[in-house]
Amino acid sequence: MIARPSAKCRAFLRRFAPLLLLPLGACNWVVMAPSGDVAVQQRDLILIATVLMLLIVLPVMATIAWFAWKYRAKAQAADYDPDWDHSTSLELLIWSAPLLIIIALGAVTWTSTHLLDPYRPIERLDAQRKVDPAAKRLQVEVVALDWKWLFIYPELGIATVNELAAPVDQPIEFKITSASIMNSFFVPALAGQIYAMPGMQTSLHAVVNKPGSFDGFSANYSGAGFSNMRFKFHAMDQSGFAQWVARVKASGKALDRATYVKLEQPSEKVKPTYFASVEPRLFHAALNMCVQPGKRCMDAIMMTDMHGGAGKESARDTAGLRHDGTIDVGGYHPVEPGKKGEIAQPAGMTPAAERTPAERGKQAPGQQDHEGHDGH
Amino acid sequence: MSPHPASENSGIWKLIFGRLDWSSLPLHEPIVVGTFLMVALGGAVVLGLVTKYRLWGTLWHDWFTTVDHKRIGIMYMILGLIMFLRGFADAIMMRLQQAMAFNGSEGYLNAHHYDQIFTAHGVIMIFFVAMPMITGIMNYIVPLQIGARDVSFPFLNNFSFWMTTAGAVIVMMSLFVGEFARTGWLAYPPLSGIAYSPGVGVDYYIWGLQIAGIGTLLSGVNLVATIVKMRAPGMTMMKLPIFTWTSLCANVLIVAAFPVLTAVLALLSLDRYVGTAFFTNDMGGNPMMYVNLIWIWGHPEVYILILPLFGVFSEVTSTFSSKRLFGYSSMVYATIVIALLSYLVWLHHFFTMGSGASVNSFFGITTMVISIPTGAKLFNWLFTMYRGRIRYELPMMWTVAFMLTFTVGGMTGVLLAVPPADFVLHNSLFLIAHFHNVIIGGVLFGLFAAINYWWPKAFGFRLETTWGKRSFWLWVVGFWVAFMPLYVLGLMGVTRRMRVFDDPSLQIWFQIAALGAVMIAAGIACMFIQFAVSIKNRAALRDTTGDPWDGRTLEWATSSPPPDYNFAFTPVIHDGDAWADMKKRGYQRPLIGYAAIHMPSNTGTGVIIAGLSVAFSVGMIWYMWWLAGLSFLAILAVAIGHTFNYKRDFTIPKDVVERIEGERSTLLAAKG
Repeated sequence: MIARPSAKCRAFLRRFAPLLLLPLGACNWVVMAPSGDVAVQQRDLILIATVLMLLIVLPVMATIAWFAWKYRAKAQAADYDPDWDHSTSLELLIWSAPLLIIIALGAVTWTSTHLLDPYRPIERLDAQRKVDPAAKRLQVEVVALDWKWLFIYPELGIATVNELAAPVDQPIEFKITSASIMNSFFVPALAGQIYAMPGMQTSLHAVVNKPGSFDGFSANYSGAGFSNMRFKFHAMDQSGFAQWVARVKASGKALDRATYVKLEQPSEKVKPTYFASVEPRLFHAALNMCVQPGKRCMDAIMMTDMHGGAGKESARDTAGLRHDGTIDVGGYHPVEPGKKGEIAQPAGMTPAAERTPAERGKQAPGQQDHEGHDGH
Repeated sequence: MSPHPASENSGIWKLIFGRLDWSSLPLHEPIVVGTFLMVALGGAVVLGLVTKYRLWGTLWHDWFTTVDHKRIGIMYMILGLIMFLRGFADAIMMRLQQAMAFNGSEGYLNAHHYDQIFTAHGVIMIFFVAMPMITGIMNYIVPLQIGARDVSFPFLNNFSFWMTTAGAVIVMMSLFVGEFARTGWLAYPPLSGIAYSPGVGVDYYIWGLQIAGIGTLLSGVNLVATIVKMRAPGMTMMKLPIFTWTSLCANVLIVAAFPVLTAVLALLSLDRYVGTAFFTNDMGGNPMMYVNLIWIWGHPEVYILILPLFGVFSEVTSTFSSKRLFGYSSMVYATIVIALLSYLVWLHHFFTMGSGASVNSFFGITTMVISIPTGAKLFNWLFTMYRGRIRYELPMMWTVAFMLTFTVGGMTGVLLAVPPADFVLHNSLFLIAHFHNVIIGGVLFGLFAAINYWWPKAFGFRLETTWGKRSFWLWVVGFWVAFMPLYVLGLMGVTRRMRVFDDPSLQIWFQIAALGAVMIAAGIACMFIQFAVSIKNRAALRDTTGDPWDGRTLEWATSSPPPDYNFAFTPVIHDGDAWADMKKRGYQRPLIGYAAIHMPSNTGTGVIIAGLSVAFSVGMIWYMWWLAGLSFLAILAVAIGHTFNYKRDFTIPKDVVERIEGERSTLLAAKG
């Protein structure tokens, strides 16, 4: 599963080297030599936009240098004209030339922004192949935690921390959120980034075309452990992916709410971890910030608000609406125990496996996750 | 990182000192302790010298309390230069850390320290270097260019300066007492919320910017009023010098944008102090609202920074090409269009937060549209040089370097405005390279051009050129060496604000960038040597004409440095290049008929209120509520007290004016 940058790179250089005159190290320029079709189109767009702009920028820079030399005082240029300060035709030129470039670039921008909208399901696997409309998209739910990444494969019922895998040439649909701080989910070889924001869901559609192991990371600073908030993205053929899933399932560990609550506490340089099973709708709870017992889900609150809000008595009961500060990120003055920063202990919450059948259907006090969270 | 010892943090101690205790002093950071010792030593030497040479009276009466726009302008420049050293020290520490932290090495900065450094670097460079320096230049030059005696509200001007300085003092204080924000320079919540940043860092950030923001806003109001109301007779809007035009647009932007910053920081303070939920994840708050609001201020802010420098480049190009500015009205309209468009582009800072394709396209295209008037300006400078006779003095050298550098920065900016391209370049080192390309290549090069251009006006002697040229070449080459690797690293997918790296193949690029930073450091050193050598050789560099560059605008019509009253007679304007026109028509300086001149008096109120504002902020930051309350009351009392100050003006008698103008006549005659 090791990428072969040399072949990738040669293909890239064949196409674009005359254009870019990149140094030999270009093989590492992942943004310029990506492995997923979305990122390839984004790369092409960078090149098209650059060429369009160079059409005007290069002549301008050359003219600056030329005039700066030609009209130096020592040269005593004969056409010196201290009062020449207007020319309607030149004015027309200097406003219309950039305008024309921007019209062209604007058109490219409008179409490409719509075609490469991360929310839009992809329609092609690469320049030659269309997506088979009947094909299933691989669903991946991404939660940015302090400071690691949780990947849930809802259809496969597995989850991983700091390791992402996908089969080549199968469209992937990511649903992305964050447990606390804003991060940005970015695998440069695969596709452009999109923010991971608490209480909000973003999406990304992409496909990887070449097998290999690629870097992924948070592209938005999120606190002390940010630099090590990195993961590997493995692109594999279908059988390799099936083996990988089997390996994850063989790990035996279960990701339930209690495990998630422990997992979301800040930690750094977390080694890849596998979970053989995931509590259903865990992502829904993470997105709505109600994994911890006693927290009310934001979608339920919004539903209540849409119906005109709860009664006056709800004003007193706000503990379930407090989501910040339940994760202790430390800091210069760690917060006093029992106040902010206290980990809301999963009181009465035992891992799902240990719960008695009677308890299983029951929700923790104040829990508003209507779908329940049990039922493996 | 150590918790409060319970004994210190209770009872009377807490009542008096709030959350301040011995653990607040960063004694465990040897770098900070070393810096503190150096600053303390340097400060003691300066204070000692001031005392020894009995300069306290001069400092207080002639400088601190002055309402003269020229002296205030110079003080702004000094503030900006001092803060520049701090901001650059942060920059070089970052470059060193990133060049070292490979192959498992943690570098020499822990996350707690490093994260403060990149936050402080951004905050200081924008708010306390670029802003004071452009305000300083505008303060000094605008009244002279429009033939005014001072700004519209001289006391307000002094007050604005001291509020800006108070903000800088608050930010500097955080270096030695407590900590600064570890959030990045715009302090996005929820990271900047009380839950994730419980320390004093974000509070230092908030109060430093709030206090300085008052100064910036009021100085904006002042300059707008000055330009609109105090132009010399005959100077219609379309005869305004181009630097004054760009200053007007920048100040209109300040007046319109800074209240948004004040409001958004006030909302963040409410979240942090009284538990509201505007930007939290709690109780229906939404952090994205902060991001929207801060960029509605933030994008106009970058045009506030660059527009006045566009004016400087226009003045310099025209003067040193010995030629009228090409396309004056086209320049004016381009400036106005840029100012208006700067409000329609803020979302391009967060294309990647999931706005729809149509919204992203709209903001991408409005951003690109800005490049049209900007491109027109570049062409106008180009055609000003065309058929000119360009004298390569230092200001013109900086201008040509700007034109070439800024064009590249502008191009990468338009590239970032294409949303799908931004998805791969957002927050990358490519972005860092881009905005340093326009801010260093545009704002800083412009400031250096302005300093070299107007220094003789402010001090009566030119800056010498040998060290100036050394500084120029080190800066220009150093800039490219420092930032080209960042463009490359961005294309390698390297993101910003990283403290340690995995991939050893990146290290060489960071090392090249660090080398560039060292060259820039040498360029800065050369600049300060240039100042020192020039001051030492001032007799040889003296300019007695008041017009060393064969200038074209009114500031060159008066002496260097100008008298307190700027112009003995208010000039009457017939042409855009007023002074060039006066020279062409054989203008003779009037030698008789002087009259007494009415002037504003100095006042210490600005210094006092700014000092009290620092005390108020310290109270708020450290939860010393008694201090905050008392200082706030004191601010009100002093402000009200100032309204009873009836000694606000004085008159320079006719014979003094005659004597000053007579001295100038003697100098001019000796020269002529």
